[in-house]
Amino acid sequence: MSEKMIIIGSGPAGLTAAIYAARAGLEPLMVEGMERGGQLMITTDVENFPGFPDGVMGPDLMEQIRKQAERFGTRIITSNVSEVDFSERPFKVWVGKDLYEADSIIISTGASARWLGVPGEKQLTGYGVSACATCDGFFFRDKELIVVGGGDSAMEEALFLTKFASKVTVVHRRDEFRASTIMSDRVLKHPKIEVIWNAEVAEVYGDTVVQGVKLKSRTDGEVVDFATDGVFVAIGHDPNTKIFVDKLELDEDGYIVTEPGRTETTVEGVYAAGDVTDKVYRQAITAAGLGCQAALDAERWLESHH
Amino acid sequence: MGQHTMTVTQGDFASAIQSDTPTLVDFWAEWCGPCKMMNGPLEELAEENTGKLNIAKLNIDENPGVASAHSVMSIPTMIVFQNGEEKRRLIGARSKSQLAAELAEFTN
Repeated sequence: MSEKMIIIGSGPAGLTAAIYAARAGLEPLMVEGMERGGQLMITTDVENFPGFPDGVMGPDLMEQIRKQAERFGTRIITSNVSEVDFSERPFKVWVGKDLYEADSIIISTGASARWLGVPGEKQLTGYGVSACATCDGFFFRDKELIVVGGGDSAMEEALFLTKFASKVTVVHRRDEFRASTIMSDRVLKHPKIEVIWNAEVAEVYGDTVVQGVKLKSRTDGEVVDFATDGVFVAIGHDPNTKIFVDKLELDEDGYIVTEPGRTETTVEGVYAAGDVTDKVYRQAITAAGLGCQAALDAERWLESHH
Repeated sequence: MGQHTMTVTQGDFASAIQSDTPTLVDFWAEWCGPCKMMNGPLEELAEENTGKLNIAKLNIDENPGVASAHSVMSIPTMIVFQNGEEKRRLIGARSKSQLAAELAEFTN
């Protein structure tokens, strides 16, 4: 028996699509994934999502939106989609060995933290290397840490880590941050934070836990050892589109290609919303907006085709 | 804690891991989202493997010393102990099926 709609992903984009689709009588089935709620689950205060003058905790916001989607009848499976087939309708979605079929699909699988890809990083992940300050900062009370990156995520991670660490060093490969002015200023003014510009982490080393990194200068190539107790990687995100390779069009960075200003992908009946397709704005509120658009686009298409 | 999982604290940790039966200790905290995602899978695995694998949960906020004594620097971390020795360490949340596969050597 075929669903009218399957939504893959459960961040602000997917859940907003679910609210609209459910209220439109489309009885959406959501496969929320093992990391449900998306990137807001691993942040603390969200100050810029409209409606919260005192800010809101990321996980709390996502829980509320999830409840809202369930209120209107969204059914949710807590598992990952393992494979899809969009070659014909109804579309096929496998969750492990279970097969689901649907007349329409909304893809909102978001993006995941990028890793450095340097020696020692993988081996020491969980032993001092992390991509989540809110998850692991707790374990570094009074230690010295480095945060790699120059965008808003890196600024947030660095500021959050000052709650625990004795010293935070931001390592950025350029000579200025690309983060928003407000966040960059907070970092540059913070007494516990130092910045090393024009440097890259070439290697992470340590016997059983992180003991230091090798920093390579981008100006003269010089490599120095820098002792540290932890490395937090905050260099950006890659869209979660591995399972969609060769199923619909992706751009050179792996983002799902959609009609400009809309949510239609290159497969009719399949829509994309949120950070899986948007590499320009990547905000919770813009993801939510795209989720709404995707549900409306899908609803209108379903109406005209059945 | 759950129906089939047990709670350990720093007081009974040492004796819990001495067991002959492989004992998985799940290090978790209230503020850790991915830790809470593991509750369902761990509960189910505990029920399915009664007698073969014990599953115990240790709250690191309430029992900070145990985490650092075992170099736990990221949660969730799940360590399988047997006769007081660490046999396997899994760092990070994972699906029930992946966890079951990783614990197969203890449950078969």
